[in-house]
Amino acid sequence: MITASLRKSYGEALVELGSENNDIVVLEADLGKSTMSCFFQNKYPERYFQMGIAEQNMASTSAGLALAGKIPFYSSFAVFATGRAYDQIRSSIAIPSLNVNICGSSAGLSDFGDGKTHQSIDDIALMRVIPNMTVLSPVDALETGKMVRAMAEKNAPSYIRINRADLPVITEDDNEPYKIGQMKSFRKGSDITVFASGIMVHESLKAADQMGREGVSVEVVNVSTIKPLDTEALKNFVSGKIGVVTAEEHSIFGGLGSAVLEALSESPLPLVKIGIQDQFGTSSACYEDLLEAYHLTSEYIVSGIKKLLK
Amino acid sequence: MEKKVFNKKEIMLKAWAIRSDILAMLPPGKIGHLGGSSSIADIIACLYFHHMNINQNKDRDRLLLSKGHAVLAQYAALVELGIIDREELKTLKTFGSVLQGHPDMERTPGIEAVTGSLGQGLSVGLGLSLGLNLNKSTARVYVICGDGELSEGQIWEAAMAASAFKTDNLTAIIDLNGIQATGSTEEIFPVRKIAEKWKAFGWHVITHNGHDVEEIHEALCESGEIRGKPSVLIARTVKGKGFSFAENKAAFHNGSLTEEQYQIALEDLENSRKEIEKL
Repeated sequence: MITASLRKSYGEALVELGSENNDIVVLEADLGKSTMSCFFQNKYPERYFQMGIAEQNMASTSAGLALAGKIPFYSSFAVFATGRAYDQIRSSIAIPSLNVNICGSSAGLSDFGDGKTHQSIDDIALMRVIPNMTVLSPVDALETGKMVRAMAEKNAPSYIRINRADLPVITEDDNEPYKIGQMKSFRKGSDITVFASGIMVHESLKAADQMGREGVSVEVVNVSTIKPLDTEALKNFVSGKIGVVTAEEHSIFGGLGSAVLEALSESPLPLVKIGIQDQFGTSSACYEDLLEAYHLTSEYIVSGIKKLLK
Repeated sequence: MEKKVFNKKEIMLKAWAIRSDILAMLPPGKIGHLGGSSSIADIIACLYFHHMNINQNKDRDRLLLSKGHAVLAQYAALVELGIIDREELKTLKTFGSVLQGHPDMERTPGIEAVTGSLGQGLSVGLGLSLGLNLNKSTARVYVICGDGELSEGQIWEAAMAASAFKTDNLTAIIDLNGIQATGSTEEIFPVRKIAEKWKAFGWHVITHNGHDVEEIHEALCESGEIRGKPSVLIARTVKGKGFSFAENKAAFHNGSLTEEQYQIALEDLENSRKEIEKL
């Protein structure tokens, strides 16, 4: 299976958008070589603003650029892009619902070496609770690129969380634009529905393979728009099933699992949340070890499914 | 744009009208930010009634109140300009009112951003300046900050950034009234050497009397001519200026007037109007 970089896709999508629309501007807090916003810097230096290591100012400055009719994208690591600038996002950007687009890069545990200060376990929760905010979590590089375009076109604030690792490409390389709110099944199944986002979609597909070999039919749905959540689509995906699993590389509090639980609060179906328990990350020599240590691999999704079958 | 002749008496009468409207928003018993609104009344008058291009097009000059709680002064000016209906004054901060407690561009005509969570307005102004430059607009951006607000670290992030980007279409104005919510700035959190700090951050600094409209006018003219760097006006002001019982009193940062104080305020206004008329 082909893997590709979501970060590169983000940077390339910015350049493509920038070539079509002079109003696209990009801001960065000295991590452009990691977030890949540097691609835009190289192509359109006059529309690229190096804001230094000052994320709060970057967020509010983006609001001002939007007020001048620009379409800003600002990026940093997910922890700093969101939590460090939380009130700036809330007050300067989200209250007036400005078209400011926030990229939280190296999200989740994917910045494996840097440890808990740099690993975002809470960014979805933080962004999801803000009125007017759209929250996106792409599953692969292709979806990332399409999302960037959808963010620019939506005249309201958006947040995209991007994994540092290259991930398998599983969406279609076609001209179909990303529709904010879309929720697509990557594997049909009749017993259990797994709602997953980001890297956990890939782990969920592996878990579904294994369960298939054991005679259990598991549906895997890519919930790449976490907010707004399409509640009706969600209900349709669980109709006739015996249980629901959510899988995310984020705290089990406030993220995808919580959002699905809220949406299905009237459903009698049992639900298991796979995610990071109420704890911070830690440094590791490789990403895979962290996913294992934090119970985010397919085997834990399998265990979750089996709990529902008991 | 054709150069207007600065008419001191006319601007002083506008500042008077702003103070009068602020009082109209705060009848006895109604809590509101009298002190910090009246300390910027003269600056607001110079901006809206002489310096700013207020045509409602994309090249209009923008005024942001980073110290958003003083928005009463901006509402008053917008009423005097006919942009906000005078009838709205008495609805300040009531449910459904056009006049929110802090600046809300979604609700209020003439308000350019959402500010009031202190420390953010200068950054928003910087973004506007950068965007207007990309648009090849001739518009200027003015941002009024409080001196208490200078405790916010983000102000200094914005100060460094504006200097780095050489945004000479940006003018910050510090309302140096020396009093914040619960006491004097010196007691609560002394920032000190404010002019030196802004200079060290790369700004063109102009210190002046923030109640003398001629000095304000000259400072604004000077800031408009500076190229290659942003300008900051450090305006020495008196909190509660124009209302004798409220001057230099932290209690009127966000307080209410008694019936008696309200009557005194009306008398103060009457007396100051007579003084201006003599000019």
